[in-house]
Amino acid sequence: MTHHQPGDAAELSAIVSTAAAAGETLSITGGGSKRRLGRHAPTASTLDLSRITGIVDYEPAELVLTARAATPLAEIEGLLASQRQMLAFEPPDWRALLGHTGAPTLGGVLACNQSGPRRLKAGAARDHFLGFSAVNGRGEIWKAGGRVVKNVTGYDMCKLQTGAFGTLSALTEVTVKVMPRPETARTLLLPVTDATAALALMSTALNTPHEVSAAAYLPTAVLARSRVSGALPAGNGLVALRLEGPAPSVAHRTDALEAAFGTSARLIDVDSSTLWAEIGAVRPLLDSAEIVWRLNPTPSKAVQLLHILAAQPCDASFFMDWGGGQIWIGLEAAQAGPDAKASAIRAALAQTGGHATLFAAPDELRAQTEVFEPLPPAHAALSQRIKRNFDPLGILNPRRIYKEF
Amino acid sequence: MIRMPEPDQQVLARRDDIIAALRHIVPGEGVIASENELRAFECDGLTAYRQLPLAAVLPSTTAQVAEVLRYCKANNVRIVPRGAGTSLSGGALPLADGILLGMGKFKQILEIDLPNRCAVVQPGVTNLGISQAVRGQGLYYAPDPSSQIACTIGGNVAENSGGVHCLKYGLTTNNVIGVEIVTLDGEIIRLGGKHFDGPGYDLLGALVGSEGMLGVVTEVTVRLLPIPPTARALMIGFPSIEDAGDCVAAVIASGIIPGGMEIMDKLATQAAEDFIHAGYPLDVAALLIVELDGCAAEVDHLVTKVESIATQHQAVNCRASTSEEERLLFWAGRKAAFPAVGRISPDYYCMDGTIPRKRIAEVLRRMSEMEQTYGLRVANVFHAGDGNLHPLIMYDGNQPGELQRAEDFGADILRLCVEVGGVLTGEHGVGVEKRDLMPSMFNETDLNQQQALKCAFDDAGLLNPGKVFPQLCRCAELGRMHIHGGKLPFPELERF
Repeated sequence: MTHHQPGDAAELSAIVSTAAAAGETLSITGGGSKRRLGRHAPTASTLDLSRITGIVDYEPAELVLTARAATPLAEIEGLLASQRQMLAFEPPDWRALLGHTGAPTLGGVLACNQSGPRRLKAGAARDHFLGFSAVNGRGEIWKAGGRVVKNVTGYDMCKLQTGAFGTLSALTEVTVKVMPRPETARTLLLPVTDATAALALMSTALNTPHEVSAAAYLPTAVLARSRVSGALPAGNGLVALRLEGPAPSVAHRTDALEAAFGTSARLIDVDSSTLWAEIGAVRPLLDSAEIVWRLNPTPSKAVQLLHILAAQPCDASFFMDWGGGQIWIGLEAAQAGPDAKASAIRAALAQTGGHATLFAAPDELRAQTEVFEPLPPAHAALSQRIKRNFDPLGILNPRRIYKEF
Repeated sequence: MIRMPEPDQQVLARRDDIIAALRHIVPGEGVIASENELRAFECDGLTAYRQLPLAAVLPSTTAQVAEVLRYCKANNVRIVPRGAGTSLSGGALPLADGILLGMGKFKQILEIDLPNRCAVVQPGVTNLGISQAVRGQGLYYAPDPSSQIACTIGGNVAENSGGVHCLKYGLTTNNVIGVEIVTLDGEIIRLGGKHFDGPGYDLLGALVGSEGMLGVVTEVTVRLLPIPPTARALMIGFPSIEDAGDCVAAVIASGIIPGGMEIMDKLATQAAEDFIHAGYPLDVAALLIVELDGCAAEVDHLVTKVESIATQHQAVNCRASTSEEERLLFWAGRKAAFPAVGRISPDYYCMDGTIPRKRIAEVLRRMSEMEQTYGLRVANVFHAGDGNLHPLIMYDGNQPGELQRAEDFGADILRLCVEVGGVLTGEHGVGVEKRDLMPSMFNETDLNQQQALKCAFDDAGLLNPGKVFPQLCRCAELGRMHIHGGKLPFPELERF
């Protein structure tokens, strides 16, 4: 297997042009932390972008940052923190979940639309992606978007690139919108009897004007695995609600939520951020599950979905984020069966609306099973035409999303 | 003038047959063919451009939309979709050989889903209509383009409309979570929904802002937000635009994202004050309006912080609203700035570029140099938080050559926006208006790659051709909003 390692966009363009002429398929990688995300679809060569790094421009007062695509996320977040700013979509750390130690890169985060708990309020990675340069499957260097926060000039190609898993173009430089880091953060922990009560509580809280920035439900069994569990009240499961903002505002909204939902335990500062980092990283399911599914149902149908699936997931193997809009489910290989329960899960989702992703699973399973929700025929045909128009020879991460392309 | 694609003579010759076939699909009054009635559709908010369509078709069901599109594809008939027709960039400008597909009959709010904080609506529902329908539940739809009493959500999806509050709450693309579209092949496809994100390529994201060129929207699911309990505005005067710009930067650097932040220069402030009597200070070079929203504890805290930042940035006066009436008064002058400028000049052009905010002083300096070169004045209003400029070039269309000078001036301003690292349009869209300026921002490969997306949806090029991408000729008729005789298109609408 050839290992290409271009140092800039021009070298990348030359490599892709040559590969296109030869029909040489390429797996795009940056830090390598998400190599096991998506379908398992080996290629002839690796296109390693890890030399295309460096922050190009950062203007805190303009709320924009431009960096080469393989700049490590840690470097970006460190720089942003020094100016009390952040990526508001809170990219989660999936390395333990996916069994890799490589350093996540900004380009990789965007290519996979990798969003954490604050996605609920601040939007996904796709909502913060302002512009880029990239190399398409013909080896052509092209750009789209801009370096300002407000722009409707031309089609929104950033959205198309986000979540395309590198199948349309290899990103070389990206510009993202950044936001101020909240002055204070506090997490309220509210005991609940079961998932039904949890979902109702989260929904009610999110309908108040108290600007809840994250809402999760952690059943009892998964709570024990939290590093902050010492600070957590014992008993049933907990709903965690996060409030962020200036101190007087957080204090006011804490009082308002507690008046509505009862007295709670509170996590502040590091304990609060540790809990949400764990939720983003799916830590509550690690060590106990070989197979992890991510379910994104219509939020209000989250419990109905769990009931339909009731045969398998017990309290030990799921939790909810995004106010019920994201359910992580862990399965042991023995209970998962040959299709990792894909047909059961997707049949259930057909009733509730939404989609499911086979997130962490052995390579064989991710080769045999549709990792992402299959698309209806017209939608699939459209997607296939887009792929063909960006990468006519199908050399960029082929079959990484769907086996058809 | 920007040239539109040459009409297809064969299509024009088949007009009667086409109308008969369309009447078969959309019976009754759903097909409009008489010249008098077609006049209503001859232009949108970009009134300098007018064209009667071949016919106007007003379907009332998704099935009819699908059948119309299938017919058009099979018979090589172009389609221009239209919502309320408030586009400022000519997005709904008809074609002589194309049908105008009016979505005005899709007026229903289909579902208000409180547990999921979203609403499912038909595309002809107005932007404000959504917020009004859910106000009783304490919710609203955040994007608020100035035409919100008239513009439809379908048009907002096509144009990725913004508004005063988009720095904090995002544009249409950040607040629409699902659509149903009909493709040119007559396929009905649902993109997104009430769930978060979705599998496969983000076609919803690509569709929003595609200016009616990828598909026809027949249903929209929007995210609703709880209404902030409180809002207060500050009115701050500065001795220079630079100081006002520095203050805006300092507010953001301090970690505050206001609900809205607007700058007016001296000329715009004077015109607005003369018109509205909002109590604006007239001895300042720049007026900054900052709005803070949230719980009262937060708003009061931030008002104090912003006052303190303003003082450190040479503010010569600063007033914070203490009542809702006062807050609205502070805004009234700003919201009337466009018609106010219309009172002091026979005509004006409104531009819509975005720049990195730190370049504002340089851009304004070079614009004032251009004022000398072209012998025309400019009043500036500015969405300061996100760097979106609306220079208003004042001219008199009755003076020979003045229109041309104003147009050349406008083109120079937009090129300047791009040169300093900005973009051609922050919220009005490319449409017809800025189409031929696209090469100043994108090279041929970039534009071809965008058209690669277009081709996946519409390989026949029948959906809204002549918009966004330069064709045939690249004449000097460039990005602007034409105002004639001081009359705004849709004078009843607020202009930001």
